[in-house]
Amino acid sequence: MAAISGNKIKDFFKSGRTRNALTAYLFVSPWIIGFLLFMGGPIIASLVLSFFRWDLLSPPHFVGLANFTDLFKKTDLFVPSMIVTFKYVIIAVPASQILALGLALLLNQKVRFRGLFRTIFYLPAVVSGVAASVIWMWLYDAQYGVIDNLLTLVGINGPNWLFSKNLALWSLMIMSLWNVGVPMVVYLAALQGLPQELYEAAELDSASGWDTFWHLTVPLISPAILFNLVVGTIFGIQTFAQPYLMTNGGPVNSTLFVGLHLYEVAFHYLQMGGGSAIAWILFMIILLLTLAQLRLANRWVYYESQ
Amino acid sequence: MSPQSSATAPKHRSAQESRDRLRAILYGNRFRAGLFKQILVYALLIVLSALFLLPFYWMVNTSLKTPDQLFAIPPVWFPHPFAWDNYVHVMTTSLGPQYPSVLRSAANTLIITVNGLIATLVSSSLVAYAFARMEFPGKNVLFLGILGTLMVPFAVIMIPQFILWKKLNWLDTYWPLIIPQWFGGAWNIFLMRQFFMTIPKEYDEAALLEGASRWDIYWRIILPLSRPVMAAVAVFAFVFFWNDFLNPLIILVTPLKFTLTMFLANFAMMYQYVQWQLWMAGSVIIILPCLMLFFFTQNLFLSGINITGMRK
Repeated sequence: MAAISGNKIKDFFKSGRTRNALTAYLFVSPWIIGFLLFMGGPIIASLVLSFFRWDLLSPPHFVGLANFTDLFKKTDLFVPSMIVTFKYVIIAVPASQILALGLALLLNQKVRFRGLFRTIFYLPAVVSGVAASVIWMWLYDAQYGVIDNLLTLVGINGPNWLFSKNLALWSLMIMSLWNVGVPMVVYLAALQGLPQELYEAAELDSASGWDTFWHLTVPLISPAILFNLVVGTIFGIQTFAQPYLMTNGGPVNSTLFVGLHLYEVAFHYLQMGGGSAIAWILFMIILLLTLAQLRLANRWVYYESQ
Repeated sequence: MSPQSSATAPKHRSAQESRDRLRAILYGNRFRAGLFKQILVYALLIVLSALFLLPFYWMVNTSLKTPDQLFAIPPVWFPHPFAWDNYVHVMTTSLGPQYPSVLRSAANTLIITVNGLIATLVSSSLVAYAFARMEFPGKNVLFLGILGTLMVPFAVIMIPQFILWKKLNWLDTYWPLIIPQWFGGAWNIFLMRQFFMTIPKEYDEAALLEGASRWDIYWRIILPLSRPVMAAVAVFAFVFFWNDFLNPLIILVTPLKFTLTMFLANFAMMYQYVQWQLWMAGSVIIILPCLMLFFFTQNLFLSGINITGMRK
């Protein structure tokens, strides 16, 4: 009996399929190990942490759902920070997409120096968020900044952008438009892959430019629109460097993004559990938003293979 | 403007020519519209380009000013002469022995960036190769899992990772910024896998017939043919690690170990009052490598998106 099962084991290991599978797993092992150590493990740990109160100095103690319920208290900054973040995302992401698509459409016309323009619009994307924040802080300066200075030329008395309770968030939104190069490039690639015959047919049918755009172009690039919306939302929600450096969440918490709030809770107030609770709610929201966007996509995204 | 003129056109014209004539006649007034449209397009592009370049211009402009020019009203659009001193000052001075200079921070950042680059290229390509070329149980589920990790916000793993680094005594060292990069990144794995799948399988099969191992195929066939995606990933990775802010921020405490981004962020605190001309000079220095890298590899960078077929 022992001899037979010994052979079976030997055969199992000698079989091509098994050897192939083992080799494959060997190649994939770096990711698996990394995932367990630095992602999967931490994800679970962070969930567990959210039920404890721990400041790293004294031992953690269990508080059940208190970290979560505390977030919704009137004095807690979590809900305000979510409102700030969503105000930003609801406006900045669609605005960026519209501008990006507009730029891509412009560049898609047979313009000369298309490469130069494309480079100019994409350039801000390689600029460090920190450097960008510094530059725009100087641009927005109330006394010596260029923006207010240019406005004065037109007769408008420029406001104190980053220090105004009402305008600070808008200032950050305007700044985010500087980075439309990334979605623009995606749209450009999509537009350049469109079949010309459809447009010629539309022209022969004397379709108006607007009609062509809405009923031909938009459906054809809808996968790109979906991609950009999903990615834009995920990154928009996690905005950190700009509010951290430019306004520090102020004035009066009007730019307290949830990422910044989380950072303060975890690393300034040393509430590891509280921070984890915020992180998990954020995670769930991002997941739900993405799933919702993908679900809705069935209604309006058009794939050529269909 | 009547179509009849084309109907009486000589029969030896080709169908295409006839269609063109018809179109030219029907849409004849579009010529002017076409010219107007062209002018409008160029005008828009030029105005928007100017707006997009304005921050860059103002950054360089400010970095070359002397303090009095800085606060002049109306603002100085072109400083005379260029205050190169600002750059010299920023590059060489540090506030004290325990504070870094730009060069020191740049060196710190370079260590992390170069490591990140190599680590990403090596580990992601290994994993991507398996998904592109091999069959194994659980392959699809695992790949979906890898993609799924893209949705996990850094905030979720940030705190437990911090605790892990603390337990390992790795806080305030570079290990947390070096080690995890060697385990493959989901996005890069995805990009590389897409590219690897475009390499004809016949090469693999021919090599297998000659007794090559999987590793041989990876090393001798796939990698050499993957220059475009490797270059694209390398550039993306360089920019990512060079500009990384939040991760070093929570790990590094000693100012001498700061990365460039942290150095820039703390710049204002290192002087008694904010010296914008110096801060701008520092900004120029920090973005220069990425800008240059981008200029030299533009085509790769921007076509890397095409390669992976962003359009479905």
